[in-house]
Amino acid sequence: MRYLPLTRHDRADMLAAIGVPSIDALFADVPAPARREGLVDLPRARGELEVDRAIAAMAAKNVAAGSVPFFLGGGVYRHHVPAAVDHLIQRGEFLTSYTPYQPELAQGTLQALFEFQTQVALLTGMEVANASLYDGATACAEAVAMARRVTRRGTAILSGGLHPHYREVCETYGRFAGGGLALQPPNPGSGEDLARLVDQGTACVVVQNPDFFGEVRDYAALAQACHAAGALLVVIVTEIVSLGMVRSPGEMGADIVAAEGQSIGNALNFGGPHVGLFASRDGLVRQMPGRLVGQTADAEGRRGWVLTLSTREQHIRREKATSNICTNAGLCALAFTIHLSLLGEAGLVRLARLNHAAAVGLAERLATVPRVDLLNRNFFNEFTLRLPVPAAAVVDRLAERGILAGIPVSRLYPEREDLADLLLVAATETVTADDVDRLEQGLGEVLR
Amino acid sequence: MTGWRQALSATRDQTTGAPPAETGSDMATMTGNRGLQIEEKLLFEQDSPGHCGVDLPEALQFRSRLGGLERDAPIGLPGLSEPQIVRHFTRLSQKNYAIDSGLYPLGSCTMKHNPRLNEKLARLPGFADLHPLQPATTVAGALELIDTLAHWLKLLTGMPAVALSPAAGAHGELCGMMTIRAALTASGDARRRILVPESAHGTNPATAAACGYAIDSIPANPRGRVDLAALKAALGGDVAALMLTNPNTCGLFEDEILEIAAAVHAAGAYFYCDGANFNAIVGRVRPADLGIDALHLNLHKTFSTPHGGGGPGSGPVALAATLAPYAPLPWIVHAADGLVLVEHADGPAHHTIGRLKGFHGQMGMFVRALAYMMSHGADGLKQVAEDAVLNANYLRVRVEPVLSLAYPGTCMHEVLFDDRFLKDTGVTTLDFAKALIDEGFHPMTMYFPLVVHGALLIEPTETESKAALDQFADVLLGLAARARAGDAASFHAAPRLTPRRRLDETNAARKPVLRWRPDPVRTEAAE
Repeated sequence: MRYLPLTRHDRADMLAAIGVPSIDALFADVPAPARREGLVDLPRARGELEVDRAIAAMAAKNVAAGSVPFFLGGGVYRHHVPAAVDHLIQRGEFLTSYTPYQPELAQGTLQALFEFQTQVALLTGMEVANASLYDGATACAEAVAMARRVTRRGTAILSGGLHPHYREVCETYGRFAGGGLALQPPNPGSGEDLARLVDQGTACVVVQNPDFFGEVRDYAALAQACHAAGALLVVIVTEIVSLGMVRSPGEMGADIVAAEGQSIGNALNFGGPHVGLFASRDGLVRQMPGRLVGQTADAEGRRGWVLTLSTREQHIRREKATSNICTNAGLCALAFTIHLSLLGEAGLVRLARLNHAAAVGLAERLATVPRVDLLNRNFFNEFTLRLPVPAAAVVDRLAERGILAGIPVSRLYPEREDLADLLLVAATETVTADDVDRLEQGLGEVLR
Repeated sequence: MTGWRQALSATRDQTTGAPPAETGSDMATMTGNRGLQIEEKLLFEQDSPGHCGVDLPEALQFRSRLGGLERDAPIGLPGLSEPQIVRHFTRLSQKNYAIDSGLYPLGSCTMKHNPRLNEKLARLPGFADLHPLQPATTVAGALELIDTLAHWLKLLTGMPAVALSPAAGAHGELCGMMTIRAALTASGDARRRILVPESAHGTNPATAAACGYAIDSIPANPRGRVDLAALKAALGGDVAALMLTNPNTCGLFEDEILEIAAAVHAAGAYFYCDGANFNAIVGRVRPADLGIDALHLNLHKTFSTPHGGGGPGSGPVALAATLAPYAPLPWIVHAADGLVLVEHADGPAHHTIGRLKGFHGQMGMFVRALAYMMSHGADGLKQVAEDAVLNANYLRVRVEPVLSLAYPGTCMHEVLFDDRFLKDTGVTTLDFAKALIDEGFHPMTMYFPLVVHGALLIEPTETESKAALDQFADVLLGLAARARAGDAASFHAAPRLTPRRRLDETNAARKPVLRWRPDPVRTEAAE
């Protein structure tokens, strides 16, 4: 077996050195009824070529986004990732290292994470950010839990514009950890008055910008209402590229920002791995979940980095930790940092403008298709269309024509018949003029 | 026992004749660079404002639809070109130790070789360039891969169901404990307590607390296993589950596990197993045969998906039939016309605990883990467990005459020492670990588990050669001899050969600096 260095000879020598007659003797602590004779009923070892063929055959049964006109978003966005990103994250020193528990052997990872934390804080307009969580949805649930710890209150008010998966993860976590959720219904095309729901029992209000239906909103007034009542405003961002153009959550008065960072540096990956971003105001940092990298000095006074404030964490605090998280999304965070470094300020702004221009252009074109209405007033790179018929069937018929047209809202809200005609459409810098022509034409024909 | 100088000369490379590096390490340079170790500023300190490492066209004329919500102020991101970025991150990478560079014996972390075929396959556009909400007809191969992975995991664990969405081990624990609480709640049997051995990973009690439970700690017996009598005494009608790691964090198989399972079940509780150490038994022991009801697997440990400096991981949970209906969404079912992804809690899925993360799980990790398992096959996976256990025991017998073994006898895939061998030397476990760094090894896990004093937990894994183990054993013996010879000062000064010497963690926590700020006075002061 190509991954195992021991030879038959080595094994015999080592058993002799240990002083046991066979490998079975080393498994003697396994109770007899649980000892298995022979092999599990699975295929035997295969060479690299055979495994490559078997798995590539599965990949070939899928329609890759880049092979067709593609307009899906809904919390996962297809952007061009520069070749240097994947090259750098595949360096073995990054790829095959562990969580940086020995800082003298991990200054590379630690410095990159310090840069990541700084980038996330700058982008979100917050003062401090952690070294990543699993994804945006779990970051959202962690934000709610943190708001409850900070305010010592129970109820979280969740906007109807929150991504349904994020809401569902909050529901799952909350069902076991306790604390109430006030779930607002989705109300695409119009606003919601969340401020009137805030009272002395409110730990936080959770809103998303742009929201699930693509609408860009101003939450400054809501932030004031939250703060007047002693509650926190949690802002979720599922398309982080939007912050190249859109006013940041920090500027709007957010206390905690939880976001999905996939859009920068990371592939679609069929939904994972992605990277959860988590940022807050300075004063809340000791209630934050996850790893934090901090600056310090070594024995000779030179600047260096370490994991810090670990008295918040499970390996020190056990059942009193701020979260049970251990492994997070280190390599995806590194990809984020490298891509964002390549973009820089000028590149990110330009990328955001390309996305916005693509979406505005697409929305204007699709709105000319008979009986198709645009629901959004303001949007960034994703918007919601109302079709004259259920959107799921339209998406399936367009897929047959080789067009991935968007996400039928019914995929996420099957129980809401009033949303069945809604189609979520995203356009990034990867969409071509020909893609737009084909979607416009295809949609017109399918609806005819 | 050999003296440390003799032991060190024994480690001298016979091919290159390289002597132990005792000279030249203190030489000052003009740049602060030291040969291959190059000082590297933060990105933010290399800013050429307006510069960009990506060539993008200007957007065509468009009418903004942001409704006046444009950013008011610049973000503050630095501008650099691609060569500067590539050099920056290449230099940073050179300040990292990795399994690609050497032995990485972090106990309970299973730092094994990460095959590159798996990286290649995870990047196939048919997996990486796939949106999770594409129509089902366009992702049949992705569902097939996930279902195939589940099949392998079910056969290896002997358990009938696998929940695949958890994003890492601790997330898998959350999944398993939530299904247990949901099952108890459904049967009207609200229980409040979880039993956790003292030797458990910190994630275990943290997870139980996140599920709304109180935690009772169970002591270890003198053999490093769960004290069965104490466990039985703690069990009662209020106990929801036992969370046990097996093999445990002392590197020992819980040889009374069948009695433990029987006692837990007799009390009406569930048996949760932390499968972080599954590498020791994969292909040889099926957790189902041990009476386990729920078990998470770390694909980034046993199944070799890379750790990436702290993730991403993947933590599938194998579930007994009694817990399977409560598994998180989504899951895959076999229907007449193929595989179907169940995403909503209606019909047969109404018992589910709900969704634990966005979308369907860590697909990129699934591809890598399946490629790993298919490469090894049933025979190779069994060999993995055997070689992992063989390597740990070989290392044990090489060093146990000098280092103090915490519990006598054979171990599984990792071996636990305490700090008795350092008694009265003035050298601590931490010092010993830092001295290993100068010898070119990543240290073992330190001060964990908490059940022995000054723990040193060593897990070599099956992907180390006998020669690598011998060299590591020689260094452990040499360092122990040096400590006993009274050379504590050299340990306190270690590491000396790394890009940074020992770092001040106390001050880092006292005055946290968690990000760079554009304050010239402050950055200069920190230099």
